[in-house]
Amino acid sequence: MFITQVLNGLQLGSIYALVALGYTMVYGIILLLNFAHGDIIMVGAYVSWLVMAQLGLNPVLAVILSVAACTLMGVLIDKVAYAPLRNAPRLSILITAIGVSYFLENGAQLVFGADAKVVPAYTDLQTIQVGDLALSFPSVLTVIVTIVATVALTLVVQKTKLGKAMRAVSEDMGAARLMGINVNSTISFTFAVGSALAGIGAVLYAMAYTQASPTMGMMLGTKAFVAAVLGGIGSIPGAVVGGLLVGFAEVIVTALGLSVWKDAVVFLLLIIVLVVRPTGIFGRTMNEKV
Amino acid sequence: MEEEVMTEKRPIISTGGPQPAAGKRRSLSMPARYAINAVLVLVILILGELMIDGGAINRYQSTVLEQVGIYIILAVSLNIATGYLGQLPLGHAGFMSMGAYGCSIFIIRMSEVLGIGARDFVTGSPMTFLLVLGGLVVGGLCAAVAGIIIGIPALRLKGDYLAIITLAFAEIIRVVMLNIDSVLGFELTGGAAGLTGIPGYTSFLLVFGCVAVVCFLIHTMMKSRHGRAILAIRDNEIAAEATGVNTTYYKTLAFVASAFFAGVAGGLYAGCVGVLQPAVFGFMKSIEILVMVVLGGMGSMLGSALSATVLTILPEALRAFSEYRMIAYAVVLVLVMIFRPQGLLGSYDFSLSRIIERVMNRDFPWSRKSAAPAGADDGKEASHDA
Repeated sequence: MFITQVLNGLQLGSIYALVALGYTMVYGIILLLNFAHGDIIMVGAYVSWLVMAQLGLNPVLAVILSVAACTLMGVLIDKVAYAPLRNAPRLSILITAIGVSYFLENGAQLVFGADAKVVPAYTDLQTIQVGDLALSFPSVLTVIVTIVATVALTLVVQKTKLGKAMRAVSEDMGAARLMGINVNSTISFTFAVGSALAGIGAVLYAMAYTQASPTMGMMLGTKAFVAAVLGGIGSIPGAVVGGLLVGFAEVIVTALGLSVWKDAVVFLLLIIVLVVRPTGIFGRTMNEKV
Repeated sequence: MEEEVMTEKRPIISTGGPQPAAGKRRSLSMPARYAINAVLVLVILILGELMIDGGAINRYQSTVLEQVGIYIILAVSLNIATGYLGQLPLGHAGFMSMGAYGCSIFIIRMSEVLGIGARDFVTGSPMTFLLVLGGLVVGGLCAAVAGIIIGIPALRLKGDYLAIITLAFAEIIRVVMLNIDSVLGFELTGGAAGLTGIPGYTSFLLVFGCVAVVCFLIHTMMKSRHGRAILAIRDNEIAAEATGVNTTYYKTLAFVASAFFAGVAGGLYAGCVGVLQPAVFGFMKSIEILVMVVLGGMGSMLGSALSATVLTILPEALRAFSEYRMIAYAVVLVLVMIFRPQGLLGSYDFSLSRIIERVMNRDFPWSRKSAAPAGADDGKEASHDA
């Protein structure tokens, strides 16, 4: 019982963490709260549904296509909506992000209808036996995938040339441009990676909750965003820790029988953390230049 | 429809700009400006009321008009925090719901105590009028208290963090409204089923009377010393603090004023709709109001009012295309931001007295050659409209 709850917390937290990573990376590089990020997950879940339930194809293909569709969507959104506004006031870009989010939600509602679609199970294997414990396979898979994705992301950011370019652009965009870094393609790459993680998150979410609906991205996105801020926006370990914190907080509140209050608890947690540590748990404090 | 108050406080003798014939420029005195605008407001209110009484505007249309007025108050009140203070609160719907619940619970309870029936609110009497005014003030105060509670911690944070903390607070208000009855056993908010039995006290006159008063109050506040302090904080917080502006005090003041007027709008909304459900006051409602402010041009009261009008009437007019209207809305939003990031009107504001002064001085755009005279461009200074 206790183990199940811990695993539930880990599973939910991992999904939040994957989505939060996307928020954190985009914020780190162009200081944009990408409101459309949650809706990219919705697109991924619908692609899975299309491929498996409508076309009856292999789940592996569904996973690949979902992640690919999310990646493409993220880059496309950046190119069409955000790139023309690179030098505009930050609020304008934020409103644009809200507009894109509206567009995706209502577009999905128009194309697929307002009701939730059932995403078929990706795998027949539902439980695995460890000693005398029967663990839910999707939960274990979610946790493993998240660990692998986080490690891979850290390696990309810390060890590769593109990662170095990303860190440089997030530190100082103007100086990075002077050093010969192609800022636009670096930003596109960031969107691609963040959205690919959202695609993985979409598959894991669909595996856990077997549903796709036009507005599913909104609450998931907001919570993941809270997770990113909790951990310290712009920080990769922060996003993971924040995601797990939010996941565990929800599971604990639900286990206590107070599930109607779980949203309030998550947001209260956010307010408390922000009041005590205004930049989040792992956030860097930046000195303001006069 | 609701081009109303436009008072513009400037020195009685105009002093700005180099003028060829100094002293010759004629300007209106302050009492005259107030009188002109007061007359205009009255004319529009009476005209609107006559049209409703005469049947030129039917019941449905007048309800839409009331909604327009309510959204104008919401937009201009959010404009205090966004346009003038330069912060980004994402929880305006939370303040609105505090006001709506505060006002309607007060009115329901008080009318039980005073023995006033729901019908009396429709026919109207001095007693009900006072009760409704009291309710609106109570609603505003509830929202203002919420504004203080969240404002003091939130305003220590900057930019996006402030946005997030207000969003979080509004969500908490929503969850509390939803569950407070079932947990604590009150019969206060009605939970998810909603608060019913709110008398329909909102009318065209009340709404647009409030619009005029709110716009007047905000305008005079922004033209005063306190308003200039708020604008200074927006332009450069560090510089403002260095010149002796008490930034914490003025930020909280602007934030609380914004919350108070949102609460008043919430009270009017409750009387207009008749049923309150917590789900209505979600994140999307806050965004809807923010979109009105940004689309109209931040810091422009006319812009907020115009886009509130258009964005309230447009969805009603497009009911036939309801499937596509939200997509069109999203596309318009993105396009406006890409091609006109400062909003449709920028920071331009309308002032009737300025126009009258222009006419008095025969200073028309087409007769002007060079060296724009005083008053031709007020820059960021926001003046007024309703």
